[in-house]
Amino acid sequence: MDTSDKQTASRSSDKKTELLSGGDMLIRALADEGVEYVFGYPGGAVLHIYDAMFRQDKVQHILVRHEQAAGHMADAYSRSTGKTGVVLVTSGPGATNTVTPIATAYMDSIPMVVISGQVPSHLIGEDAFQETDMIGVSRPIVKHSFQVRHASEIPGIVKKAFYIAASGRPGPVVIDIPKNVTNPAEKFPYEYPEKVKMRSYLPPGRGHAGQIRKAIDELLVAKRPVIYSGGGVVQGNASHHLTELAHLLNYPVTNTLMGLGAFPGTDPQFVGMLGMHGTYEANMVMHHADLILCIGARFDDRVTNNPAKFCPDAKIIHIDIDPATISKTIMAHIPIVGAVEPVLAEMLTQLKQLGVSKPNPTEIGNWWAQINEWRKRHGLRYEPAAPGEMKPQQVVEALYRVTDGKAIITSDVGQHQMFAALYYKYDEPRQWINSGGLGTMGVGLPYAMGCKLAFPERDVVCITGEGSIQMNIQELSTCLQYNLPVKILCLNNRSLGMVKQWQDMQYEGRHSSSYMESLPDFVKLVEAYGHIGMKITDPSQLESKLAEAMAMKDRLVYLDVYVDPKEHVYPMQIAQQSMRDMWLKKGERT
Amino acid sequence: MRHIISVLVENEAGALSRLVGLFSQRNYNIETLNVAPTEDVTLSRLTLTTYGDEHKIEQITKQLNKLIEVVKVVDLSEGSHIERELMLIKLKAVGAARAEIKRTADIFRAQVVDVTATTYTIQIAGATDKLDGFIEALSENTILEVVRSGVLGVARGEKVLSI
Repeated sequence: MDTSDKQTASRSSDKKTELLSGGDMLIRALADEGVEYVFGYPGGAVLHIYDAMFRQDKVQHILVRHEQAAGHMADAYSRSTGKTGVVLVTSGPGATNTVTPIATAYMDSIPMVVISGQVPSHLIGEDAFQETDMIGVSRPIVKHSFQVRHASEIPGIVKKAFYIAASGRPGPVVIDIPKNVTNPAEKFPYEYPEKVKMRSYLPPGRGHAGQIRKAIDELLVAKRPVIYSGGGVVQGNASHHLTELAHLLNYPVTNTLMGLGAFPGTDPQFVGMLGMHGTYEANMVMHHADLILCIGARFDDRVTNNPAKFCPDAKIIHIDIDPATISKTIMAHIPIVGAVEPVLAEMLTQLKQLGVSKPNPTEIGNWWAQINEWRKRHGLRYEPAAPGEMKPQQVVEALYRVTDGKAIITSDVGQHQMFAALYYKYDEPRQWINSGGLGTMGVGLPYAMGCKLAFPERDVVCITGEGSIQMNIQELSTCLQYNLPVKILCLNNRSLGMVKQWQDMQYEGRHSSSYMESLPDFVKLVEAYGHIGMKITDPSQLESKLAEAMAMKDRLVYLDVYVDPKEHVYPMQIAQQSMRDMWLKKGERT
Repeated sequence: MRHIISVLVENEAGALSRLVGLFSQRNYNIETLNVAPTEDVTLSRLTLTTYGDEHKIEQITKQLNKLIEVVKVVDLSEGSHIERELMLIKLKAVGAARAEIKRTADIFRAQVVDVTATTYTIQIAGATDKLDGFIEALSENTILEVVRSGVLGVARGEKVLSI
């Protein structure tokens, strides 16, 4: 035992240890961990825990209408604040309903702790009522999981769960608790550990200074460099460093879908999102680059198109906290394993020591001239709507103007997600909240709710479609209960737009199951839930209705906006080709 | 290429399923698998053989290292090492075959560990190809049962896999 351990031990022995039941220990441990909100739904196996919740006021419980929404709300709470989201559900169906949110959080590396009830220990394995092997079910989609064997383990396991969820490459952690472990009649000494140490888990640290130096050497001789940054910069709270680095070097920046906002969307050095639906200029910059500085992104298949044809001239520097991500799909020439924030800080320090400021002005000037040519060619233009109709793009642009670019935007998954990513400009990290990796329809509303709870003073708008919104629409009821006046902007095209777009492009327009033929009257539906609904079909009313809705600060408003059902998202990369091969509009390709 | 990967893992419930699950989840293949506690009861050692190019093996070791309960991972095939597999083989042994089987076993330095009027059970240890060779040499006989432990390995010299 070293000195600090001795001090800790003597300090804690001075404290009078309390005797608590497992249920009380769990809630106390959450409070000691600084948890404000628990998103959940009660049931048999967690009744002791819910009773413990009732008898305290430090941790507030948010009752959802479906466990899936609890998971997504906790996820969004985490995405918007950086804190770890917490979910509490019962065994069996309660637990399995969180599988989608756990997988969603796992794919986007979001820290989350999911506490699932379990049948009593002596019944495990006997196919008891509401029994599911949650540890087994969730195994491939968690960073780690624990099953509690004894109440006395609870404080230690909770501490470890929060540490694992938030450190290193973050991710969801499941704690499965058999009902008998929370029995109020059995009490044990409670002490929340001050720190946690695990011999088998050491998150990567600051990055190797020598590798960073090598990266700088390459950065300074590049003629056509690009900074490609992802969700790791948002998660790692390194946006300020990224922005400073980009300005110091005067290099173009592209963000992944997950990285939007990490570099200001309105900055002249920003060339837009890259990838399958990236901007023309971003994909051209990538393809022609001689050096790619990848920061906290993972060369995902929606970014690279065909890896064999990916950026043929580029040397690749890859900074990531997860060594398994480096050289997984695209070989890195200079790997740097470490947390993005200290790595970029070190990079900036070294660059400043070298007195670097806007290096290679001639070559980089030529590069910018080329980039500006590309910008003129496309620049997110779209065909204007026919008279009396609306394009989804123009609706997102109108929202951007009405909200002054300041709202937190959540989205569901599909065409509207791409329009929201491309046509709203995100100047801040954690301003754009969406399911990038798993592509989960139904996240939009619970995401908006999680953000609104965390930031009650900010405008939170869920940009969705009439398909996605119906996957978690029951949460309108939760919004009323907890007074969450989010705004829902539904780009209603009466069809599953992205599916339909692919069917148009690859299946000769055979729209197999991509129509929504019996849509509800959303205005009436929303009113039935106690909120305000507006249907917008006239483009001349678009901006005034949006402004009217946004002005109703204390009401949830659902805007059902009828948009052109035939519109496609462009650019769109041509499958199995390189970054630069894109459809720019119907019938026009690069 | 075939690789022997040794893993030190916390001796905890569920750790093995996480390790094995990783292989099916990420489409890696496992040829043989062996797991047992070590001299330190808090640790288990798992040895597996798998096939793949350098890139695949690098991903396998990185992904194994990411598992929270995994303490250390080593690819024994990277250096000089000793590998052994234990096999028990039960054969029909009657008449002239009894002497012939015994002779073959002696040549392979295998031991007969159980005898009945009609069967032999033979124990043999060695590298995988030696065991395969032994089965091949006995192929004229009726093989009733083959049980193999999977490959175990240890690095040669002073190099050790421990915490």
